Amino acid sequence: MTNRRNFLKTSSAWGAAAALGPSLYTAPAAAASEIEVGVLFSLSGGLSMVEKSLADATLMAMDEINAAGGVNGMMIKPILEDGASDPKTYNEKASKLVIRDRVPTVFGSYTSASRKAVLPVFEKRNNMYFYPTYYEGYECSKNVVYTGAVPNQQLSNFIPWIFKNLNKKKFFIVGSNYVYPREMAKVCKILIEQNGGETVGDEYLELGHSEWGAMVSKIKNSGCDVVLSNVVGASVISFYREFKNQGLTHDKLPICATVTSELEVSAMGAEFAVGSYASYPYFQAIDTDANNAFIERYRKYVNDPAAVTHHALESSYFQVFLWKQAVEKAGEATPNAIREGIKGQVFDAPNGRVTIDPDNLHAYLTPRICQYKPDGQGTIVDEYPEPIQPLPYSAYGETSDNMFCKEGGLDTSKL
Amino acid sequence: MSNIFFIGLSLSSILLLIALGLSITYGAMGVINMAHGELVMIGAYTAVLSGIYLNLNLFFALPLAFLVSAAVGLLMERIIIRRLYGRIIDTLLATWGVAILLQQLIRLEFGLTFFGINIKGLGPGLQKMEVPLFLSENFDVLGVTVQPYRSFIILLTIGLALLTWYIMYRTSIGTQVRAIMRNPQMAAACGIDVKKVSAWTFAYGSGLAGVAGVLLAGFKAVVPTMGSSVVVDGFLVVVVGGVGSLLGTLLSAVVLGQINGFFAILTNDIVARAIVFGVVILIILLRPNGLFGFKSR
Repeated sequence: MTNRRNFLKTSSAWGAAAALGPSLYTAPAAAASEIEVGVLFSLSGGLSMVEKSLADATLMAMDEINAAGGVNGMMIKPILEDGASDPKTYNEKASKLVIRDRVPTVFGSYTSASRKAVLPVFEKRNNMYFYPTYYEGYECSKNVVYTGAVPNQQLSNFIPWIFKNLNKKKFFIVGSNYVYPREMAKVCKILIEQNGGETVGDEYLELGHSEWGAMVSKIKNSGCDVVLSNVVGASVISFYREFKNQGLTHDKLPICATVTSELEVSAMGAEFAVGSYASYPYFQAIDTDANNAFIERYRKYVNDPAAVTHHALESSYFQVFLWKQAVEKAGEATPNAIREGIKGQVFDAPNGRVTIDPDNLHAYLTPRICQYKPDGQGTIVDEYPEPIQPLPYSAYGETSDNMFCKEGGLDTSKL
Repeated sequence: MSNIFFIGLSLSSILLLIALGLSITYGAMGVINMAHGELVMIGAYTAVLSGIYLNLNLFFALPLAFLVSAAVGLLMERIIIRRLYGRIIDTLLATWGVAILLQQLIRLEFGLTFFGINIKGLGPGLQKMEVPLFLSENFDVLGVTVQPYRSFIILLTIGLALLTWYIMYRTSIGTQVRAIMRNPQMAAACGIDVKKVSAWTFAYGSGLAGVAGVLLAGFKAVVPTMGSSVVVDGFLVVVVGGVGSLLGTLLSAVVLGQINGFFAILTNDIVARAIVFGVVILIILLRPNGLFGFKSR
């Protein structure tokens, strides 16, 4: 557990956070002046590329809080665990953090698969999990605080905006073949219908698929005038490249994406994404003092002047501050107190004001739409005037007047 | 219709590109080379790195990737595989180990990440290879839209197939290789230096994988795991075509690619892939040695 290999691994992975290293192998003795919390991301394996940046942002927030005097005078002491891109490992590490280290909260997960894997641990032991990624919704747990966007926060402004500003009506929905893109497509279809548009195609490809010839040709011949992409991961690169190779351009047939962030754009080469659109609550391109300062601090923290910030990373950062406020409000760091304390908690994050919904424990976020420029960064072309309410069951008819996930739990009769 | 044919053809060319090297290492030498995909990956990374550090474009990256992958292949042959000829299951395990090793070498930047050193172009992230502009801009010839990059892949694949055919059937080293394929003991008895010829053959097959990697990098994200999915396709083609038959490999790549493309347009890619696997199972059931297989060692 605390052998030399682990030490090497963690201390190197955490370059700038090396000072935290020793806390990983001293026995977890809970001194009164410290609060131990779990940080659980994949530091190895295929997902480490993204998840390492989420862990960095989490640790950076804790460092900043500690430097400013801690939580109620107590220092946050992160216990870092590696989920190794494997849901089973996630489950084991979550159990270790909750049962052996007795932490009151764990911050972690990027994929839905890893969240679903740890969920039973937190529900059974009544502990708290803070989850920073945009996801497909359809979940209502009193043991998870969700600070990433749910489908209605990425789509409810996006689709009407496409109708109004791009004047497009015929949608081709394309995605990777798993739960997130399929749930997103459900919400898309509801919104397209509401706006009087038409869905001419709804197609899926395996996750990681790189042969897009047939699909792009189908898109070309479908008669659609806009493509809505829920394609995830490395497939995004093959998709955009094939799109251009078959002679399609974003000014005539734009791709409007929900999972194409600055990371993917820089990996495909900006020339393939120029003119396409994406919807997230956070973009690196948000030009506010708060965000610029955040980007600068993050780059300094990870010691990489070109580091890219993105939505899940920003959520990883601000959710620690929300947690701190919850502990301060509750006066003690127990899971129950934190759950009560987090309800209605407000924080000014780099993306703007964030509020935790007291009913479903998801975050109010401000939807934004950006158009990619030749330098791989986005221009924010639309911004919601205020944060909108998270509705994790919007694909099943949830509205703010008729919420499915209330304080008392999920009302299954409405599903 | 011509559109469907072209999509099928470009799928075929990718299959052939991957299978060509494999038809030599697996077909000719009886090594189940699970690291073939990683040799493809190394080719792709060679293109990425030569783009970043040497400012070389795709065309210079091609021969460079051939040399780099061939060198890695030669090293593999010298250190591990030469001790395992004739033990086909052992080669599977050993080369799988090599595959994991190569993936981690790239992901951990040769271990330098442990010391906080980062090399641009390596690591776990997505990398990209620049494609020259004239290869990504479509143009029209007599009313037909030409996709230059796909056409380039198809032409180059045909060229490589012809080159491989020439080496195998029109040169003396090719004759020696074919003799070794049929019966290595007999070939040795006739004065062929089996060890040396095998080593160079393996290196050539590995080099072809490197070239495939460069071309794949043009439309696929370059990541350390990019090779593991392509190696399955490669084996499908070689097994269906008949182990050891160049013509069989070529034909099965064309047939499988066209089936895949046709059904992908007709239904969708997921169904198309299932159908391809169905066809493969059927062919292996009916012709266990593949379309053009012959009895060998």
